[in-house]
Amino acid sequence: MIDGFAISALYALGATGFTLIFGVSGVLNLSHGAIMVAAAVAAWAAASILNVGTYAGALIGVAVALVTAFATYFAVVKPIQDSRRIPNEEKEIFVLTGTLLWGIMIQELIAYFFTNNAKTVLPIVEGVVDILGVRTPKNEIFTAIVCCLVIALLWLLVNRTRTGKAVLAASMNPRGVTLLGLELTNIFIVVWAIYGILAGIAGVLLGMFLGVSSYSVGPLTASAFSIVVLGGLGSVSGSLIAAFVVGYLETITAYLVSPAYRTIPALLLLVVVMYIRPQGLLGRR
Amino acid sequence: MSGFFTSRLFFVSLALVVIAAILPFYVSGYVLGLLTVAFYFGVFAMAWDLLFGFAGEVNFGPTFLIGVGAYTAGILNNQFGWSVYLCIVLGALASVVAGLVLALPALRVRGPYFGLTTLVAVLMLQNFIVVFADLTGGEIGLTIPDVITINAGANYWIALGFMTISAAILYGLSQSPIGLVLQASGQDPVQAGALGFNIVKHKLAAFIVSAFFSGLSGALLVFYFGTASVGTVVDVAVGVNVIVSAVLGGRRTVLGAALGAIFLIVAGEFLRPTGELATFIVSAVALLVVLFFPGGFLGAALSREARS
Repeated sequence: MIDGFAISALYALGATGFTLIFGVSGVLNLSHGAIMVAAAVAAWAAASILNVGTYAGALIGVAVALVTAFATYFAVVKPIQDSRRIPNEEKEIFVLTGTLLWGIMIQELIAYFFTNNAKTVLPIVEGVVDILGVRTPKNEIFTAIVCCLVIALLWLLVNRTRTGKAVLAASMNPRGVTLLGLELTNIFIVVWAIYGILAGIAGVLLGMFLGVSSYSVGPLTASAFSIVVLGGLGSVSGSLIAAFVVGYLETITAYLVSPAYRTIPALLLLVVVMYIRPQGLLGRR
Repeated sequence: MSGFFTSRLFFVSLALVVIAAILPFYVSGYVLGLLTVAFYFGVFAMAWDLLFGFAGEVNFGPTFLIGVGAYTAGILNNQFGWSVYLCIVLGALASVVAGLVLALPALRVRGPYFGLTTLVAVLMLQNFIVVFADLTGGEIGLTIPDVITINAGANYWIALGFMTISAAILYGLSQSPIGLVLQASGQDPVQAGALGFNIVKHKLAAFIVSAFFSGLSGALLVFYFGTASVGTVVDVAVGVNVIVSAVLGGRRTVLGAALGAIFLIVAGEFLRPTGELATFIVSAVALLVVLFFPGGFLGAALSREARS
């Protein structure tokens, strides 16, 4: 159960940033998995090759994710959004194709420089504890706590600060925000920064918890995508709920049936939800 | 339509096909094998372009249709030993059924939601292939006892002929009134419906045609390889290649999609000496084309011709 909670919290953290970007700028970032893996691999490389220690390594990982997220926005997403040659109704598919290619590029670069082998980032907290007779790695509890803290911080940021309120407003009505005299581009940059940090933390924690390789890029993007759609595109609370549903469903299936079937129930649930309620659990549209 | 037979595009395509047809007399079997695969990929990309470029449906799972066709044909041949041609036809029909299944959500949800459904369809198919490993060969792949022919030249001609015929049919369809209605319903379904066109019927037709050609091509490819595996006909990466080919060659051009596919496969082969960086370079080139020439190869060429 604690295992499931930690996995769910991780999924939630990864998916929150993803859904935030979609809510504010209508961008589905298919290089999501690549950014997470880049963060984890950077943390691993910094800690194991450069010997800077686990804390500095984790920080470097998050920083790399932030830089990669900005690069994604300025090199891929912004040019497509500003392009006059692409008709507006087709920008969506161009952003999808563009970020997908960008993700593959990051993945291939990681594979080229750091090989395909799975890498496990050294955990910040080590050792195991007994919780109700179950031996649980402390790292797992640490992961869950950090995820919850970060999500709480995000909630405070979005609901209690001026910048956060601007972001929230932009996700509801971009044109209204421009009319109020706020620069939409600045808001986008703030959102991508938040996204980069969230993806970075999620990536580094994932690296400590399960280990990552350049092969995890696709599945990570797919799981974030399906959680976000399940919860309702653009709805942060929806994706939090969906993340826990998917996380527990996967863990329970893996324990009770077989690890080979791990992803099937979640996919089936997704198909059912798409048919009955295409806008997701808490979607607005 | 009559204008097409006198247009420059027609003569250029005709010349290309003739040149391609006499290639087996001059080049090695290795090059032929590469081009054979590229031609089948060209059909995948053209079938995808019909759905995306015309019907406006973002299908992230072209490999769902391809995979169903390929595996149905392969399993029938493997389990029952039916003749190759019967298996190919049945594989294409199975794809049409798969296309109808895929079309159901498309009529309800739009845009990214439909895109996701198709992606899920691929993942499900992949899971089922792995789970029912007894029947499908699982992750190792399915061995197929029969092949169409082992002659590299003959295989090449079959692929070329198949691609040419498919291109002619799909291009003709896209330029016909049906194609125009599809394009209209892709861009503004409400208005197209208000003009009295039956959108559901047209979209279903687009799915059926696209699925038929994807499945047929998938089945032929399986009998060319002599094996069907997740990595060659189902994996999401294969689907990504199909999409990239179509966007690279120029969406809404049908013929451009085939060019894009051939370019992608041949370029991947040329870059083989660079090892693992090959995929990186191909993706980077594709990204640059997407960013700076959103019309793709053929789109850029055609718009230049239209301007002059």
